[in-house]
Amino acid sequence: MFRNQYDTDVTTWSPAGRLFQVEYAMEAVKQGSAAIGLRSKTHIVLGCVNKANSELSSHQKKIFKVDDHIGVAIAGLTADGRVLSRYMRNECINYSFTYESPLPVGRLVVQLADKAQVCTQRSWKRPYGVGLLVAGLDESGAHLYYNCPSGNYFEYQAFAIGSRSQAAKTYLERKFENFTDASRDDLVKDALMAIRETLQGETLKSSVCTIAVVGVGEPFHILDQGTVQQMIDAFEIVGEQEGPDAAAGQEASAEPEQGAGAGEGVAPMDI
Amino acid sequence: MTKQQANWSPYDNNGGSCVAIAGADYCVIAADTRMSTGYNILTREYSKICKLADKCVMASSGFQADVKALQKQLAARHLIYQHQHNKQMSCPAMAQLLSNTLYYKRFFPYYSFNVLGGLDNEGKGCVFTYDAVGSYEKVGYSSQGSGSTLITPFLDNQLKSPSPLLLSVQDAVTPLVEAEAIDLVKTVFASASERDIYTGDKIEIVVVNATGIRREYMELRKD
Repeated sequence: MFRNQYDTDVTTWSPAGRLFQVEYAMEAVKQGSAAIGLRSKTHIVLGCVNKANSELSSHQKKIFKVDDHIGVAIAGLTADGRVLSRYMRNECINYSFTYESPLPVGRLVVQLADKAQVCTQRSWKRPYGVGLLVAGLDESGAHLYYNCPSGNYFEYQAFAIGSRSQAAKTYLERKFENFTDASRDDLVKDALMAIRETLQGETLKSSVCTIAVVGVGEPFHILDQGTVQQMIDAFEIVGEQEGPDAAAGQEASAEPEQGAGAGEGVAPMDI
Repeated sequence: MTKQQANWSPYDNNGGSCVAIAGADYCVIAADTRMSTGYNILTREYSKICKLADKCVMASSGFQADVKALQKQLAARHLIYQHQHNKQMSCPAMAQLLSNTLYYKRFFPYYSFNVLGGLDNEGKGCVFTYDAVGSYEKVGYSSQGSGSTLITPFLDNQLKSPSPLLLSVQDAVTPLVEAEAIDLVKTVFASASERDIYTGDKIEIVVVNATGIRREYMELRKD
């Protein structure tokens, strides 16, 4: 295939104007287990599916606290994610030290994006193989960003990444209009429902997922298993959510603020 | 040819005294709240005490700009520790970190005379005392700052058992009850402020015990 000739080096363009290595890096994100994020005016909830290598091993940590007001969920090469979280933590600490105030999320994601871009323009480096959902609170409110290996970043009302994330995205697209004014607990319930969509049949229990919340007056923290299980039990009892009359067909109008994925012939990082 | 003298010093002494006493299940850390320069008072309400971790509090006298910088350094390093280990630093760990941080600037020291107090991993009170470049020792009680020459002999007399001159470090904990220790601290500062011009205004007393950290104040002479 033509693709293979121009994909060895990240510094080689294809004749169609694409950098295949970067696109392959974005594929790595799709291989990781799902991570989702949604926000209201005052809170952001991050959730992820716990994937363990085998029954004997523990699951990988995919949600990291970066600062009291910022947290991140990752999908893809978790080692790359860990290293980037460490970078983010350092940036927050240094900013707080110098300015005695919390680093605004918007600045942090730009720094992250610039860091990722560097790896797309050096022949001795490779792009980071991890997608990051950055949740943060600053003076202008609650924010959820998605940082790609390409060095692009987008702000979202709600988003999902990783394997089987399309199912979660479809659920979020149906519900996102209610998120802005939703209560904190409703937001967590919606996050759990979205995670359930990615499980596709498997039962949702607290051992299978991790949920974290950050909001006004609530520093970033990961909810403990007991609390999560209680919330799962609470809404599972209520039964299956609304049936097929929920707008399943209106995908185009329900898109979040900016485009969420690649079209077929379009290079993903151009969106 | 006489040696050239500096026409400016990077240091200043803001005065003040600090005391800490360790008990079986508590630790009392106290400092006065006067900040001075030369023969003048800059403010009567400056806190020399800083909470470094859940069960670890530091009081420092000397040059308060260096003290503030030191406190910020330790706070940032503590955050990093929490990210890496998912827990708060213990008092003995923080003690070593403080020592290393001070020695790091061995050739341009923090002009900061510190006293670290808190609970160790078993909930027993501990006090660590430092010089400006990080030499430290675990003791049952300690005093630093402009009033320390007046305070230390009195503490030696009242707390004879845990005096580092007589007893080994392992048993360095006073037999006093929390209330008695607080009373002793108030007495000691009242005496020191009589003769030391840099000590006075108010004492800030911080008590660390199993239930947490609490703070109280006592008025001192304003002259």
